Amino acid sequence: MKAVTCILALALLWVAGLRPAGAQAPLIADLDDHLIAITTGFAGADVLLFGTTDGPGDVIVVVKGPTADVEVLRKERVGGIWINRKGLGYQNVPAVYMLAASKPLDELLPEDQRAYYQMGIENIRMVPVDPRDSDSKTFAGALVHAKQKTGLFSDLPARILFIGDRLFRVNLRVPSTVPTGTYLAEVYLVRDQKVVGAQTTPLVISKIGFGADIYDFAHRHGAAYGVIAILVALFAGWMAHLAFRRR
Amino acid sequence: MKGKAVTWATAILDWFLGLQIYLPIAEVALNVFLLLGLGAGVGVLSGLFGVGGGFLLTPLLIFVGVPPAVAVATQSNQVVASSVSGVLAHWARGNVDVKMGSVMLAGGMLGSSVGVLLFTLLKTLGQIDLVIAIAYVITLSGIGIMMAVESIRALRRVRKSMAPKKLHQHNWAQGLPFKMRFRKSRLYISALLPGGIGFIVGIMSALMGVGGAFLLVPAMIYLLGMATGAVIGTSLFQIIFVQAWVTFWQANTNQTVDILLALILTIGGVVGAQIGGRLGAKLPGEQLRFLMAIVILVTAGGLLYQLVAHPADLYTIVIAGGGH
Repeated sequence: MKAVTCILALALLWVAGLRPAGAQAPLIADLDDHLIAITTGFAGADVLLFGTTDGPGDVIVVVKGPTADVEVLRKERVGGIWINRKGLGYQNVPAVYMLAASKPLDELLPEDQRAYYQMGIENIRMVPVDPRDSDSKTFAGALVHAKQKTGLFSDLPARILFIGDRLFRVNLRVPSTVPTGTYLAEVYLVRDQKVVGAQTTPLVISKIGFGADIYDFAHRHGAAYGVIAILVALFAGWMAHLAFRRR
Repeated sequence: MKGKAVTWATAILDWFLGLQIYLPIAEVALNVFLLLGLGAGVGVLSGLFGVGGGFLLTPLLIFVGVPPAVAVATQSNQVVASSVSGVLAHWARGNVDVKMGSVMLAGGMLGSSVGVLLFTLLKTLGQIDLVIAIAYVITLSGIGIMMAVESIRALRRVRKSMAPKKLHQHNWAQGLPFKMRFRKSRLYISALLPGGIGFIVGIMSALMGVGGAFLLVPAMIYLLGMATGAVIGTSLFQIIFVQAWVTFWQANTNQTVDILLALILTIGGVVGAQIGGRLGAKLPGEQLRFLMAIVILVTAGGLLYQLVAHPADLYTIVIAGGGH
């Protein structure tokens, strides 16, 4: 079913791309689904990004999650015990970073351009709160490493496939541990070591269902949630007493 | 025929293993039967040994992937349920000293409030996991040693049929003001003593997510010299209120109480406690108590090892404004 819609969508886009009206935009791209729902049994999801270009070229896709301030703590040995001692803060750290390209990145763009567009994990611009600290680089490295280990920063770019030289598609794998929020998929068209076109598409990841309602309620009405939790426990304890009293 | 049976067996096994439930506050999906089993296992132990078992359940929950802060706060919620079912049985037998319980409760409320504040502070400092681990190492090794010594002594006592030594009151304690008469406990002591015990146990229980019966019961027997009949009922009585208070504050300030997890653990726990209570009547108590002491000491040793061994990853990531 999904495959059929995808082919249809690709065909439509391709037709649209041929039209003179669409020819003004060098790049058109879209996602097959702009909303990923985290439900009770969420085990990750696949998102299809597809699009068309106005002629031969290469495509790079960067997906970034919502940014946040992050603190990196380092354990040190104090009196025989390992304790979190030094902490360095970083601002503007994306929750998730995914990359896809039709060719290896270093073949497509020079280093300064990759740094400018934040392409590749080493080019993510995390802003250290205290840039003069001598450990700033080491801690940032540890942060990236931790993100890679949990699969939130993917270090291997996904391969974008071209169908002919205008239609492209790529499957983006969203891991089960993704935080909720609004994500942005940036799509770049590259020709002769230069970015010649770009488009941004939003992707919303949110919790849906009973679990999400509980989470929402707990965070919005903490006191009421606490009272309910106590009442539920009192009732459960009483029921247990009744159930086992007579035997 | 045989092939079909195997297919069926694997299908049923798959169904069991696949029955994951997403815990909304812990934000992890875990197997329902694993959680029920954990609750039941700890319930059996608590029925056997008469301790709450929270001090074993919290580390186990952390081990299966529940964030420590959520494990601790949820455990407080679950303790409310198990203490209610426990206290009702004691109430029917008239084994609850409400006056003594209320004085301890006053101290407990104060202590647990301090505990929750400490918890929040340590969480923002990024030291909460360390403090929880250290608190567990200290209390687990304390209880383990106490239980081991007691059971060895009891085993010897059985052989020599010696009467237990009576503990005399501390002299300095008799000089304290605010003396009160506790009829059911057969005591005339300063209210500061039970209040102070409640206060200290309150701090510990908020930090560790335990009811604290394992600390309260020995303190009530050895420090206060209470009549033993009313000790368990009275401690359960005050634990209900202190833990309800802790649950409320954890929910209000840290948003770390997972109702769903607490409910699953409670169901497993009450069933387990009944099984444990019945088993306990049939099995040789002192030998079991000694084995339990060994289990607790091994757990403490494992936690201590994690504290002193070179960690696999020196760095910890804390996301501001969210996460646990």
